[in-house]
Amino acid sequence: MFEPILLRRVDLPRSETIEVYLANGGYQALRQALAMSPDDLVAMVKRSKLRGRGGAGFPTGLKWSFMPRDAEHKYLAVNTDEGEPGTFKDRKLIEEDPHQVIEGAIIAAYAVGAEHAFVYIRGEFFLGVKRWNKAINDAYAHGFLGKDIMGSGFDLDMTVHRGAGAYICGEETAMLNSLEGRRGEPRIKPPYPAQVGYHQEPTLVHNVETLANVPHIVLNGDEWYRGVGTENSTGPKIFCVSGHVYRRGVYELPLGTPLSTIIHDYAGGIPGGKQLKAVIPGGASTPFVTAKNVDVPMDFESLAAIGSALGTGAIVVMDEDTCMVDVALRAARFFAHESCGKCTPCRVGGRRILDLLQRIVDGAGAPGDIERLYSLCDGIAGHTFCPMGDAMVAPIRSSLDLFADEYQRHLPGGCAAAH
Amino acid sequence: MINPGQLASTDAMERARLLTALYVAQEQYGYLTDEAVQRVAERLHMAPGKVYETATFYSMYRMQPMGRYVIQVCEGLSCHLAGGAERLLDYLVERLGISPGETTEDGLFSLVSVQCLAACDVSPAMRVNDTLYTDLTFDEVDSILDRLGGR
Repeated sequence: MFEPILLRRVDLPRSETIEVYLANGGYQALRQALAMSPDDLVAMVKRSKLRGRGGAGFPTGLKWSFMPRDAEHKYLAVNTDEGEPGTFKDRKLIEEDPHQVIEGAIIAAYAVGAEHAFVYIRGEFFLGVKRWNKAINDAYAHGFLGKDIMGSGFDLDMTVHRGAGAYICGEETAMLNSLEGRRGEPRIKPPYPAQVGYHQEPTLVHNVETLANVPHIVLNGDEWYRGVGTENSTGPKIFCVSGHVYRRGVYELPLGTPLSTIIHDYAGGIPGGKQLKAVIPGGASTPFVTAKNVDVPMDFESLAAIGSALGTGAIVVMDEDTCMVDVALRAARFFAHESCGKCTPCRVGGRRILDLLQRIVDGAGAPGDIERLYSLCDGIAGHTFCPMGDAMVAPIRSSLDLFADEYQRHLPGGCAAAH
Repeated sequence: MINPGQLASTDAMERARLLTALYVAQEQYGYLTDEAVQRVAERLHMAPGKVYETATFYSMYRMQPMGRYVIQVCEGLSCHLAGGAERLLDYLVERLGISPGETTEDGLFSLVSVQCLAACDVSPAMRVNDTLYTDLTFDEVDSILDRLGGR
């Protein structure tokens, strides 16, 4: 049984308080980090091979090293805009153990020389906002934030900023626009936020779970960290399991744990003795994994090798009775609704995909609709400002590829499962 | 070339307060009336059109009146697969006598179907204003509604 690292405190009573955090090793990593040079910290995190947990999996230490040294103003943005369908790990981390993320954020800010950390939190996370604010106030009161943190001479302020209901603000440049009080539309990249970020200044953007890993690397060393997970996907990962399983919830396991182990040994398997049909392995924007690949190790490389992605580690399980066209329709509905409208392929294409899928499910599908769907996917993927276009296409195209027979059965006559 | 530090020190820093200001205005006015938008614009030295443009981008800002209690039900994929989310919505439609997107005549309840509440592990779930209710049964829904409005 794997001993949780990131979630080891969440079941303690009052785990969200600074008292419980301090009594369980909290802020020891910060003390150690402040005794190190920023360069040594960046090197340590590089050696740990920690990769971003928000979906893209970019190497964290490399991202830190992209931050310019000589800039007058630098910022850190903590991305707490969790909205990828199937994902509920960041909510858990900030509601149950906010100080772990704050400590990781302070260490990251010190390593890159940021003067202010902006916590951008999903507007709907009312409890999360309360917990963050309380935790930040307590961290100030204990001298972990503010001027001359723990006598190191390092200053850092941290403030919480509520989003207002827009999935796209989880995209880092859209989030920066939203932080600036604008419409949350993505910016074209490059330049990347590490060069031109919040108010044009260099900004390091990290997912909550990524930052939660940082204190443990500092405390236990990069060698220890590399001992968890696989060679190139190191460390623990919080998997969110939902859909057709006995025990939905969050499970922290080393990267590389087989998908089947998570579904059966941890989430209790599929109810009713039913067979597995498909799994979304990393949130709604990752291509489906079918039963034949259910033993795939849950790490960046193994999932990429079978044409899918680790994404946020949000595992959505679907049993044999699930209509995959209906699933595609639901994914399309989400993405069409959440398209920010800035660029045409996503705005119009998403809507067209939704309309086509709706008519197929309703029994009004026409010959050629499958080809039309493929053509729309081709027109969207790779042709948008931000990754949302690719995200929107992933579940549609993979359902067309993997479940062509189900689509064929819907033409004509509609969806037997939906009626 | 514009000096970024200078830019960030004045107008831009005021604008950065816009999302917060809109929440405050919404709290005071119930929704973002023309007057609310106008006042926010004056306070932040922005054109009202810019305020409006930003407010309408985000789903949590209301541009028309809503009920005192706004009930959100998740119809996302995970909630759908787990079962019960649709039945919860149907039950609320029947009990409140309104469709999603509508408000009861007495102005007490609005019903909204949403895409994700990040509560995939504890559905059926609904949010009433700022409180999330999870693993709901019809009896629990009844007692919540009774407590809020006696229906």
